[in-house]
Amino acid sequence: MSSFTVVNHPISRIDATTKVTGRAEFADDLAFDRMLYGQVLRAKYPHAKILELDTRKAEEAPGVAAVITYADISGAQAIGPVRPDMPIFVSTRTMYLGDAIAMVVAETPEIANRALDLIRVEYEELPTIFDVEEAVSEGALQLHKDYPGNIVNHYPLRKGNVEEGFKASDVILERTYTTQLIEHAYIEPEAAVAVPGSVDGNVTIYGSIQNPFTARRHVAQVLGVSLNRVRIIQCAMGGSFGGKDDVVSAVCARAAVAALKTGRPVKVVYTREESLIESYKRHPYVMKYKVGATRDGRLLAMEIYILADAGPYSSMTPFVTWRSVVQATGPYEVPNVKTDVYGVYTNNTYTGAMRGFGSPQIIFAQESLMDELAKELGMDPLEFRLKNAFKQGSVTASGQVLDEHTVSLMNVIKKATEAIGYSEKQRAYAKNKTARGKVRGVGFAASYRGVSLGAEGVDAAGALVSVQPDGSVYLHSGLAENGQGLKTIFSQIAAEELGCRFEDIVFMDTDTSVIPDSGATVASRSTTMGGSAVRDAAKKVREVLFGVAAELLNAPHEEITAAGGKMYVNEDPARCVDFRDVARAAYGKGQLMAALGWYQAPKVSWDEKTGQGKAYFTYVYGCQVAEVEVDCDTGQVKVLKVVAAHDVGRAINPATVEGQIYGGVTMGMGYGILEEVELQDGVTKTRNFDEYLIPTSMDVPEIVPIIVENPDSYGPYGAKTIGEPTCELLAPAIANAVYNACGKRIRRLPLDLERVLLGYSLRAARGKRGSEQA
Amino acid sequence: MKKAEPKHKRLISFTVNGDDIEVEISASDRLIDVLRNKLRLTGTKEGCGIGECGACTVLMDGAPVNSCLVPAFQAEGSVIETVEGLDASGKLHPLQEAFVEHTAIQCGYCTPGMLMSALALLREHPEPTREEITRAISGNLCRCTGYHQIIAAIEDASAKMKTTE
Ligand code: FES
Ligand code: FES
Repeated sequence: MSSFTVVNHPISRIDATTKVTGRAEFADDLAFDRMLYGQVLRAKYPHAKILELDTRKAEEAPGVAAVITYADISGAQAIGPVRPDMPIFVSTRTMYLGDAIAMVVAETPEIANRALDLIRVEYEELPTIFDVEEAVSEGALQLHKDYPGNIVNHYPLRKGNVEEGFKASDVILERTYTTQLIEHAYIEPEAAVAVPGSVDGNVTIYGSIQNPFTARRHVAQVLGVSLNRVRIIQCAMGGSFGGKDDVVSAVCARAAVAALKTGRPVKVVYTREESLIESYKRHPYVMKYKVGATRDGRLLAMEIYILADAGPYSSMTPFVTWRSVVQATGPYEVPNVKTDVYGVYTNNTYTGAMRGFGSPQIIFAQESLMDELAKELGMDPLEFRLKNAFKQGSVTASGQVLDEHTVSLMNVIKKATEAIGYSEKQRAYAKNKTARGKVRGVGFAASYRGVSLGAEGVDAAGALVSVQPDGSVYLHSGLAENGQGLKTIFSQIAAEELGCRFEDIVFMDTDTSVIPDSGATVASRSTTMGGSAVRDAAKKVREVLFGVAAELLNAPHEEITAAGGKMYVNEDPARCVDFRDVARAAYGKGQLMAALGWYQAPKVSWDEKTGQGKAYFTYVYGCQVAEVEVDCDTGQVKVLKVVAAHDVGRAINPATVEGQIYGGVTMGMGYGILEEVELQDGVTKTRNFDEYLIPTSMDVPEIVPIIVENPDSYGPYGAKTIGEPTCELLAPAIANAVYNACGKRIRRLPLDLERVLLGYSLRAARGKRGSEQA
Repeated sequence: MKKAEPKHKRLISFTVNGDDIEVEISASDRLIDVLRNKLRLTGTKEGCGIGECGACTVLMDGAPVNSCLVPAFQAEGSVIETVEGLDASGKLHPLQEAFVEHTAIQCGYCTPGMLMSALALLREHPEPTREEITRAISGNLCRCTGYHQIIAAIEDASAKMKTTE
């Protein structure tokens, strides 16, 4: 049994009732008096000079209030989380098909839509570049003059001496793996409403916004106003997965410019097609791995060269690829490492943050490679991994000693593989030599993952707990609900600390005018960072209430404790007083019952030149095993069963943790066998869910979640993270299972019919996107 | 700014969640537009507009339809049920309760459509097999949950509805 009252229990989600009744307010559900609707005109060619832009006819159309272009922007023309290189509206040159050129604002969406046809744009097409290897080659077209070689960023990592490592190796393997362009596919497309404020120059924006503070910064920059002139209120989010960040900042900025120009509220809602064309995606990677090992299966050296397709804008590429360089060797001890990761500019759709954040790609490569190497050595893939796996005190590729948390890698691998009977099945299925009909296979993948931002950025978060005179509680957080259940677990933490009833807490939607900037709800950092801030705030308020309870109960302050809506004397629980009465009394005494909590991440470090340092303050470990059935005649891969073991530190809410596992595994399956945004010479071909296939209820396998708890010294109650690791492991597990089933090694995602049957994709052969032949 | 030209309008009447409604529509309006914009029943969601995601699922004369594909004029004389009607009695419907209890919700955007598909199923087959449940919601995409907790919730609701009958 858990020693907690609220935390560590599978409590129902705090937002469940509003969501099942249809009352939860999503951005498109909002309506304001005199509201206008914006529709965006986008580029006709992925790379072209704009010779002329004439919006007059559209402006004069009946029902059109305004047409907004770059000329209406008084502040920053371009935004970006790292480098401001993504224009709100392009002025002279389009860089990809999703670039916005103008936005018509009209009385109805239909009028705005029709008016788009009245805008005349004259283009001169420019040479294009869609292939990362071509982009970094000598003499390639240069997309940004300040970034020669089309290099967004380069992260080197050097440990030991790889030449010597390879010299001492008995077996050396060189392999290239590639991954595809992936859409977040949140079911709610982008949406925001900007309302010109009552105070001059102010604007309030309601939207489907993953990171309210990022959106506020970008909107303020574009408007050329100070931060306190822009207020962002987050609506219910219809999914994000990393996706409603920069692209939504742009949506908000356009709506804000239009609202201030017209003096009326402006709503912008994308269709699925617009979302697929404009929004950033998960990076496709080309990954060249060279690995050396001794005959008895000890890893000696790894040399890794990675090109990540950033598209034309830097977005989160420098952060995404940084996680890749840290984790590229996988959770294994490798004494000699040389890694180089490059973000590369192209004219493909730009790429940024998506659940996993630079890990799903490298894990596909490294975990496929581990199986390939085991095969080469004649070893069992499990035995081979366990021989090299991180244990307590292991040293990572960046030279970090893993000794501040429980290194549970072996444990999760054993738990997951045993639960499915991996070893016996793997041996039995490997004997299968038919090349016809349906055959089965098993495969697994393991990973370690740094928690929160690491040496990527400023890492701090805030929360505000305010107890009302009747004992009810407001909770505000700087980190925002994305659908993952943050409101629920933060409320559980607050209730646990305060000792109040969970039902007495109301979690307020994140409002930038109320709570300090807490950075972004990314990197699976919310539980560790925001949860700790909530705990800090609640503790401060509790101290005040304990003082009052001590007086009421006539007992020393130190002996007061609280749980389940009561405050009582530790040794004598019968001497108790209701939490609400304590609040009433505290209010009567004029005591402050609100507090701001703050949490700053422990120190981390990174040397940009050598790639050495303490990259993250703590790590989680995970292992997923897949059992598949391959139809040798059609190439179809069916995933039958998945076991997913994840060390989460501590599960604040086991039901939402399981929900994260089911959802992440399913998304990982889509990555493995179904999904790909198809670009043909920069033009998006997959524009809706009839072509971009995500898993349906008919596709999902049996999923067995295994939650492993090893309380961490940093997170609240020892909690770490769960959102992202669940989604990074299944694709390589499936690839390994397919190999086990039919002896075909597929080194490019997704493992769709054609690749499994023919070894290459018929679709991709049509377009110029590179690396397919590799 | 000039005034927008008036478009061709007509009146239609139908029942929504038990209420008789008369509403003016234009030729291009879809059922979802009427529900969300004219009647302000915003529980019904739009995710794709082409009949692929099921977020817009409502019941029309008892059958689940994608309201993004139904021209509004076709609703004339029909009985429409949306998520807002589920707890009209002031109490959550057993399906809603089960979704809450089973954490069958994350972002909640697919939830209204899911509930309506599930409702149609349980009316037709009060004791569906897991297979039948899976099939019934296969036109409702969910990107968050991986469907497991949703299927469990529907199974549980069917059991509870049976015992309370
Ligand atoms: S919005 Fe109707 S099916 Fe997607
Ligand atoms: S809960 Fe988010 S789409 Fe289903």
